[in-house]
Amino acid sequence: MGRLEIRDLNQSFAKDDGSRLVVLDHVTFDVEDKEFVCILGSSGCGKTTLLRLIAGLDTAQAGSIILDGEEIRGTNPKVGMVFQEYSLFPWRTVIDNIAFGLEMQGMAKDDRYRIAERYLNLVNLTQFRDSYPSELSGGMRQRVAVARALALDPVLLLMDEPFGALDAQTRNMLQKELLEIQEETKKTIIFITHSVDEAVYLSDRIIVLTPRPGRICRMFPINLPRPRDRTSPEFAKLRREVLELINLNCSFQ
Amino acid sequence: MGRDTGKDGKDWRLGVLAIVFALALWQFVAAVIIRYPFILPAPTDVLSAFASLLQKGEILLDLQASLVHFAIGLGMALLVGIPLGIAMGWNRRLESLFDPLIEILRPIPPLAWIPFAIIWFGLTSFSGGFIIFVGSVFPVIINTYSGFRSVPRVFVEAARMLGCTKSLDLIRYIAFPAALPSVAAGIRVATGVGWMCLVAAELFGVSNYGLGQKLWFFYSIHQMDSVVVYMIILGLIGLAFDMIFRYYIDRYFLKWRTGEVA
Repeated sequence: MGRLEIRDLNQSFAKDDGSRLVVLDHVTFDVEDKEFVCILGSSGCGKTTLLRLIAGLDTAQAGSIILDGEEIRGTNPKVGMVFQEYSLFPWRTVIDNIAFGLEMQGMAKDDRYRIAERYLNLVNLTQFRDSYPSELSGGMRQRVAVARALALDPVLLLMDEPFGALDAQTRNMLQKELLEIQEETKKTIIFITHSVDEAVYLSDRIIVLTPRPGRICRMFPINLPRPRDRTSPEFAKLRREVLELINLNCSFQ
Repeated sequence: MGRDTGKDGKDWRLGVLAIVFALALWQFVAAVIIRYPFILPAPTDVLSAFASLLQKGEILLDLQASLVHFAIGLGMALLVGIPLGIAMGWNRRLESLFDPLIEILRPIPPLAWIPFAIIWFGLTSFSGGFIIFVGSVFPVIINTYSGFRSVPRVFVEAARMLGCTKSLDLIRYIAFPAALPSVAAGIRVATGVGWMCLVAAELFGVSNYGLGQKLWFFYSIHQMDSVVVYMIILGLIGLAFDMIFRYYIDRYFLKWRTGEVA
């Protein structure tokens, strides 16, 4: 299971002049089990803040985040995260990065390597098992980061613009691979992006946030069948609709 | 890149050539121009002094005594410096607590501690070790501390997401390995500074043997060729320490850094 309910989430930070900067303002939405949701917003709209709250890395001022009936307080093995910047531990080989979470659970070396190898295989990097992250390209590093997050078998996978730093071709390839991985592992995924194209390609539903303070502006279900063809007229039409709605209503381009 | 250049593109033959040239120049100046070994002993004088010192067999005892002083000093510096650096790098309050104290003590030259070293530890190996400790502890503290300070936040957060949540585990599995290059650099600097303090530490008679002690002894009996022998030994051992760091530590403990822009 991986059903997420977010209720009335508020978050603000103190500014230098003593006033408060409201980052999230009464954010409420649900994510269904095995759903792929993209959160779309311009930079500074609070989407990373939102994701960090769901991850349990920060605590909200008000509101609640409930995963499968349990309120999230602090980090939790049921929630995995892939960060925007490269987060692999550079002093560990690929296999030891993927096995890190299992090692922390006290699993024996043979067992954790067996599981880690399965996820290494899932992201098609078997031949880089004993490489160090510095020997991998940006795209490979993010694939290892996905494998590392999946190795603990979380029900919910959070992804914070994971492909933002990659070139267009690599990015498209990784998007395709991510959908295949979701097909295989059946995770609930919340994916943050500022690319409409990426959101339309990946998600079952797009949630658009307004910039400062972050509020939910619109939700779009994307009912295109998969695999999606980004050059098809239906895809282009949907992308245009999303863009127009955003431009009209959400003051963000 | 030619056959005789290393992978860094340096041609080692040029370095050898420079050493040979310097030796020849030294020999010429000493034997032909100055002709007074007390002012400048020639390489040949030094070589024969080295041969007779080897026959007496005291060099090894000196080396042993010096390494004991050095081990005491550097060992204590690591034992005190690394935990203190970790504590300061990990905890803001401890940083505020210790930082001013360290900044006040650090500029005092290690040799200025010699009087108290003698009063506290007497003429023992420990007072020699203490001077080396004072010289080497600060680079260890400062580098450990700044290494821990600059551990990228995303590593700590990624670890927390993967179930590594206790402070002690975060230090052991994340912060320490991430800071290790900086800690190693600190130890390397400390080794160099500590070795330089050695001659002075042995100057005030903490032992009957020791490379620095002998250097001063031969100076007092005006055997300058033997002084040069001990100078060269001190230099070569300092170089050996550095080589250990450059080739062993970096290669085996920090091999993950290859290809990374440090």
